[in-house]
Amino acid sequence: MEITLTHYLVLSTILFAIGLIGVMRRKNLLMLFFATEILLNATNIAFAAISYYIGDLSGQMFAFFIIAIAASEVAIGLGLLIVWYKRTGKIDLDQMNSMRG
Amino acid sequence: MFEAIAFYLFAALTIVMFTITVMTSQALYAITAMAAGMIFISAFFFILGADFLGAIQIIVYTGAVMALYAFGMMFFDTTRDVVEKRTNPQIVFVLGILAAVMVVAIFVAPIVSNNIQALYPIQEGVGNSQAVGMVLFTKYLVPFELAAVMLLVAMIGGIILAGKKMDKSLTLMAEEEITTMDDSFEPQAGGH
Repeated sequence: MEITLTHYLVLSTILFAIGLIGVMRRKNLLMLFFATEILLNATNIAFAAISYYIGDLSGQMFAFFIIAIAASEVAIGLGLLIVWYKRTGKIDLDQMNSMRG
Repeated sequence: MFEAIAFYLFAALTIVMFTITVMTSQALYAITAMAAGMIFISAFFFILGADFLGAIQIIVYTGAVMALYAFGMMFFDTTRDVVEKRTNPQIVFVLGILAAVMVVAIFVAPIVSNNIQALYPIQEGVGNSQAVGMVLFTKYLVPFELAAVMLLVAMIGGIILAGKKMDKSLTLMAEEEITTMDDSFEPQAGGH
Protein backbone atom coordinates (compact mmCIF):
# COMPACT_ATOMS: atom_id res chain seq x y z
CA MET A 1 0.00 0.00 0.00
CA GLU A 2 1.55 3.18 -1.20
CA ILE A 3 0.83 6.68 0.01
CA THR A 4 0.19 8.93 -2.96
CA LEU A 5 -0.22 12.65 -3.40
CA THR A 6 -3.99 12.27 -3.23
CA HIS A 7 -3.76 10.91 0.32
CA TYR A 8 -1.98 14.03 1.46
CA LEU A 9 -4.34 16.33 -0.43
CA VAL A 10 -7.37 14.63 1.12
CA LEU A 11 -5.81 14.99 4.57
CA SER A 12 -5.14 18.65 3.83
CA THR A 13 -8.77 19.11 2.78
CA ILE A 14 -10.05 17.48 5.96
CA LEU A 15 -7.89 19.72 8.12
CA PHE A 16 -8.94 22.77 6.11
CA ALA A 17 -12.61 21.83 6.61
CA ILE A 18 -12.00 21.49 10.36
CA GLY A 19 -10.49 24.97 10.35
CA LEU A 20 -13.45 26.34 8.38
CA ILE A 21 -15.86 24.82 10.89
CA GLY A 22 -13.88 26.53 13.64
CA VAL A 23 -14.03 29.88 11.86
CA MET A 24 -17.78 29.48 11.45
CA ARG A 25 -18.72 28.46 14.98
CA ARG A 26 -16.26 30.35 17.18
CA LYS A 27 -17.30 33.56 18.86
CA ASN A 28 -14.25 34.21 21.02
CA LEU A 29 -11.58 35.95 18.96
CA LEU A 30 -8.68 34.01 20.47
CA MET A 31 -10.39 30.76 19.50
CA LEU A 32 -10.92 32.21 16.02
CA PHE A 33 -7.15 32.76 15.72
CA PHE A 34 -6.62 29.08 16.58
CA ALA A 35 -8.90 28.13 13.68
CA THR A 36 -6.93 30.35 11.26
CA GLU A 37 -3.71 28.64 12.34
CA ILE A 38 -5.31 25.30 11.46
CA LEU A 39 -6.19 26.65 8.01
CA LEU A 40 -2.59 27.78 7.40
CA ASN A 41 -1.19 24.44 8.56
CA ALA A 42 -3.51 22.51 6.24
CA THR A 43 -2.17 24.42 3.25
CA ASN A 44 1.38 23.85 4.46
CA ILE A 45 0.86 20.07 4.35
CA ALA A 46 -0.47 20.34 0.79
CA PHE A 47 2.53 22.44 -0.30
CA ALA A 48 5.08 20.07 1.25
CA ALA A 49 3.37 17.01 -0.29
CA ILE A 50 3.25 18.55 -3.78
CA SER A 51 6.88 19.60 -3.40
CA TYR A 52 7.84 16.02 -2.60
CA TYR A 53 5.81 14.26 -5.30
CA ILE A 54 6.70 16.64 -8.13
CA GLY A 55 10.31 16.85 -7.03
CA ASP A 56 10.40 20.63 -6.82
CA LEU A 57 11.57 22.71 -3.90
CA SER A 58 9.25 25.66 -4.62
CA GLY A 59 6.46 24.13 -2.55
CA GLN A 60 8.66 24.11 0.53
CA MET A 61 9.59 27.75 -0.13
CA PHE A 62 5.92 28.72 -0.17
CA ALA A 63 5.44 26.81 3.08
CA PHE A 64 8.28 28.83 4.66
CA PHE A 65 6.69 32.11 3.64
CA ILE A 66 3.31 30.95 4.94
CA ILE A 67 4.94 30.23 8.31
CA ALA A 68 6.45 33.75 8.29
CA ILE A 69 3.04 35.24 7.49
CA ALA A 70 1.44 33.21 10.28
CA ALA A 71 4.01 34.52 12.78
CA SER A 72 3.36 38.13 11.71
CA GLU A 73 -0.38 37.58 11.89
CA VAL A 74 -0.15 36.31 15.44
CA ALA A 75 1.99 39.25 16.58
CA ILE A 76 -0.22 41.94 15.03
CA GLY A 77 -3.47 40.16 15.83
CA LEU A 78 -2.64 39.66 19.49
CA GLY A 79 -1.53 43.32 19.72
CA LEU A 80 -4.86 44.49 18.32
CA LEU A 81 -6.69 42.06 20.60
CA ILE A 82 -4.88 43.46 23.65
CA VAL A 83 -5.84 47.02 22.64
CA TRP A 84 -9.46 45.97 22.23
CA TYR A 85 -9.47 44.09 25.52
CA LYS A 86 -8.03 47.09 27.38
CA ARG A 87 -10.74 49.30 25.98
CA THR A 88 -13.80 47.08 26.33
CA GLY A 89 -12.88 44.17 28.59
CA LYS A 90 -14.31 41.65 26.14
CA ILE A 91 -13.04 39.79 23.08
CA ASP A 92 -16.35 38.50 21.76
CA LEU A 93 -17.09 38.99 18.10
CA ASP A 94 -20.76 39.86 18.59
CA GLN A 95 -19.93 42.89 20.71
CA MET A 96 -17.65 44.44 18.11
CA ASN A 97 -20.41 46.48 16.53
CA SER A 98 -19.07 50.01 16.90
CA MET A 99 -19.23 50.46 13.12
CA ARG A 100 -22.93 49.39 13.06
CA GLY A 101 -22.25 46.92 10.34
CA MET B 1 4.56 -0.08 4.53
CA PHE B 2 6.21 1.88 7.31
CA GLU B 3 5.37 5.08 5.53
CA ALA B 4 1.70 4.09 5.22
CA ILE B 5 1.45 3.22 8.92
CA ALA B 6 3.11 6.50 9.89
CA PHE B 7 0.87 8.49 7.56
CA TYR B 8 -2.38 7.00 8.83
CA LEU B 9 -1.31 7.20 12.47
CA PHE B 10 -0.31 10.85 12.29
CA ALA B 11 -3.30 11.73 10.11
CA ALA B 12 -5.69 10.31 12.70
CA LEU B 13 -3.85 12.02 15.54
CA THR B 14 -3.78 15.38 13.77
CA ILE B 15 -7.46 15.25 12.86
CA VAL B 16 -8.42 14.33 16.43
CA MET B 17 -6.26 17.08 17.92
CA PHE B 18 -7.57 19.79 15.62
CA THR B 19 -11.15 18.63 16.15
CA ILE B 20 -10.61 19.02 19.88
CA THR B 21 -9.17 22.50 19.23
CA VAL B 22 -12.21 23.54 17.26
CA MET B 23 -14.92 21.86 19.31
CA THR B 24 -13.93 22.21 22.95
CA SER B 25 -15.32 24.91 25.18
CA GLN B 26 -12.23 25.04 27.40
CA ALA B 27 -9.55 27.42 26.15
CA LEU B 28 -6.79 25.47 27.90
CA TYR B 29 -7.77 22.24 26.15
CA ALA B 30 -7.86 24.10 22.84
CA ILE B 31 -4.33 25.51 23.12
CA THR B 32 -2.87 22.22 24.35
CA ALA B 33 -4.51 20.22 21.59
CA MET B 34 -3.33 22.72 18.99
CA ALA B 35 0.28 22.55 20.20
CA ALA B 36 0.12 18.76 19.94
CA GLY B 37 -1.42 18.99 16.47
CA MET B 38 1.38 21.28 15.29
CA ILE B 39 4.01 18.77 16.39
CA PHE B 40 2.13 15.94 14.65
CA ILE B 41 2.05 18.01 11.45
CA SER B 42 5.83 18.33 11.57
CA ALA B 43 5.90 14.52 11.38
CA PHE B 44 4.35 14.76 7.90
CA PHE B 45 7.14 17.09 6.85
CA PHE B 46 9.74 14.62 8.07
CA ILE B 47 8.00 11.79 6.18
CA LEU B 48 7.99 13.94 3.04
CA GLY B 49 11.72 14.58 3.28
CA ALA B 50 11.37 18.25 4.18
CA ASP B 51 13.55 18.05 7.28
CA PHE B 52 14.25 21.76 7.51
CA LEU B 53 10.56 22.63 7.19
CA GLY B 54 9.70 20.19 9.97
CA ALA B 55 12.28 21.71 12.29
CA ILE B 56 11.00 25.20 11.47
CA GLN B 57 7.45 24.02 12.13
CA ILE B 58 8.36 22.81 15.60
CA ILE B 59 10.46 25.86 16.45
CA VAL B 60 8.15 28.56 15.10
CA TYR B 61 4.74 27.10 15.82
CA THR B 62 5.13 25.19 19.05
CA GLY B 63 7.89 27.52 20.23
CA ALA B 64 7.02 31.07 19.26
CA VAL B 65 3.37 31.09 18.20
CA MET B 66 2.18 28.89 21.08
CA ALA B 67 4.14 31.02 23.55
CA LEU B 68 2.41 34.12 22.18
CA TYR B 69 -0.99 32.47 22.48
CA ALA B 70 -0.18 31.34 26.01
CA PHE B 71 0.71 34.94 26.82
CA GLY B 72 -2.58 36.04 25.30
CA MET B 73 -4.49 33.49 27.35
CA MET B 74 -2.86 34.76 30.52
CA PHE B 75 -3.73 38.31 29.56
CA PHE B 76 -7.36 37.64 28.69
CA ASP B 77 -9.88 36.10 31.01
CA THR B 78 -10.13 32.62 29.54
CA THR B 79 -11.08 30.72 32.66
CA ARG B 80 -14.77 30.97 31.84
CA ASP B 81 -16.29 28.72 29.20
CA VAL B 82 -16.19 29.92 25.65
CA VAL B 83 -19.64 30.85 24.41
CA GLU B 84 -20.46 29.41 21.04
CA LYS B 85 -21.94 31.34 18.22
CA ARG B 86 -25.38 30.66 16.76
CA THR B 87 -24.41 30.46 13.14
CA ASN B 88 -26.50 31.76 10.30
CA PRO B 89 -27.68 28.72 8.25
CA GLN B 90 -27.20 30.58 4.97
CA ILE B 91 -23.52 31.26 5.67
CA VAL B 92 -22.97 27.62 6.61
CA PHE B 93 -24.71 26.56 3.41
CA VAL B 94 -22.60 28.82 1.19
CA LEU B 95 -19.36 27.81 2.87
CA GLY B 96 -20.35 24.15 2.63
CA ILE B 97 -20.84 24.50 -1.13
CA LEU B 98 -17.47 26.27 -1.32
CA ALA B 99 -15.75 23.44 0.56
CA ALA B 100 -17.35 20.85 -1.72
CA VAL B 101 -16.12 22.70 -4.82
CA MET B 102 -12.67 22.80 -3.26
CA VAL B 103 -12.68 19.02 -2.70
CA VAL B 104 -13.57 18.47 -6.36
CA ALA B 105 -10.76 20.80 -7.42
CA ILE B 106 -8.32 18.89 -5.24
CA PHE B 107 -9.28 15.55 -6.79
CA VAL B 108 -9.02 17.00 -10.28
CA ALA B 109 -5.71 18.72 -9.62
CA PRO B 110 -3.44 15.61 -10.00
CA ILE B 111 -4.85 15.08 -13.52
CA VAL B 112 -3.89 18.60 -14.53
CA SER B 113 -0.55 18.42 -12.79
CA ASN B 114 0.88 15.98 -15.33
CA ASN B 115 1.88 19.01 -17.35
CA ILE B 116 3.80 20.61 -14.48
CA GLN B 117 7.57 20.63 -14.84
CA ALA B 118 9.88 20.83 -11.85
CA LEU B 119 11.62 24.18 -12.03
CA TYR B 120 13.97 23.54 -9.14
CA PRO B 121 14.44 19.79 -9.01
CA ILE B 122 15.71 18.24 -5.82
CA GLN B 123 19.37 17.42 -6.41
CA GLU B 124 20.91 14.09 -5.57
CA GLY B 125 23.49 13.83 -2.83
CA VAL B 126 22.52 17.11 -1.20
CA GLY B 127 20.80 17.32 2.18
CA ASN B 128 17.44 18.98 2.49
CA SER B 129 18.71 21.96 4.48
CA GLN B 130 21.48 22.58 1.94
CA ALA B 131 19.09 22.34 -1.02
CA VAL B 132 16.63 24.68 0.67
CA GLY B 133 19.41 27.18 1.28
CA MET B 134 20.55 27.05 -2.32
CA VAL B 135 17.06 27.75 -3.68
CA LEU B 136 16.10 30.22 -0.98
CA PHE B 137 19.15 32.44 -1.43
CA THR B 138 19.13 32.47 -5.24
CA LYS B 139 15.64 32.37 -6.71
CA TYR B 140 13.67 33.39 -3.64
CA LEU B 141 16.07 36.00 -2.27
CA VAL B 142 13.75 38.99 -2.79
CA PRO B 143 10.70 37.34 -1.16
CA PHE B 144 13.01 36.23 1.66
CA GLU B 145 14.13 39.81 2.31
CA LEU B 146 10.55 41.03 2.03
CA ALA B 147 9.50 38.44 4.60
CA ALA B 148 12.27 39.73 6.88
CA VAL B 149 10.97 43.30 6.53
CA MET B 150 7.42 42.06 7.14
CA LEU B 151 8.47 40.31 10.34
CA LEU B 152 10.25 43.49 11.48
CA VAL B 153 7.11 45.54 10.79
CA ALA B 154 5.02 42.96 12.68
CA MET B 155 7.42 43.12 15.65
CA ILE B 156 7.32 46.92 15.80
CA GLY B 157 3.55 46.88 15.36
CA GLY B 158 3.14 44.39 18.18
CA ILE B 159 5.31 46.43 20.52
CA ILE B 160 3.47 49.66 19.72
CA LEU B 161 0.00 48.10 19.91
CA ALA B 162 0.62 46.42 23.25
CA GLY B 163 2.33 49.53 24.65
CA LYS B 164 0.71 52.09 26.91
CA LYS B 165 -1.65 54.85 25.77
CA MET B 166 -3.05 52.65 23.05
CA ASP B 167 -6.25 51.90 24.98
CA LYS B 168 -7.55 55.35 24.02
CA SER B 169 -9.06 55.75 20.59
CA LEU B 170 -8.45 59.05 18.86
CA THR B 171 -11.35 58.46 16.49
CA LEU B 172 -13.85 57.97 19.31
CA MET B 173 -12.76 61.06 21.29
CA ALA B 174 -13.79 64.70 21.01
CA GLU B 175 -11.29 67.32 19.85
CA GLU B 176 -10.87 68.87 23.30
CA GLU B 177 -10.14 65.53 24.86
CA ILE B 178 -7.36 64.91 22.37
CA THR B 179 -5.74 68.29 22.93
CA THR B 180 -5.88 67.93 26.69
CA MET B 181 -4.89 64.28 26.68
CA ASP B 182 -1.18 64.94 26.59
CA ASP B 183 -1.30 67.19 29.64
CA SER B 184 -3.65 65.18 31.76
CA PHE B 185 -2.50 61.73 30.85
CA GLU B 186 -1.44 59.58 33.73
CA PRO B 187 -0.08 56.08 33.39
CA GLN B 188 -2.73 53.52 34.15
CA ALA B 189 -2.57 49.96 35.20
CA GLY B 190 -3.08 47.78 32.20
CA GLY B 191 -6.09 45.54 31.79
CA HIS B 192 -9.29 45.38 33.78
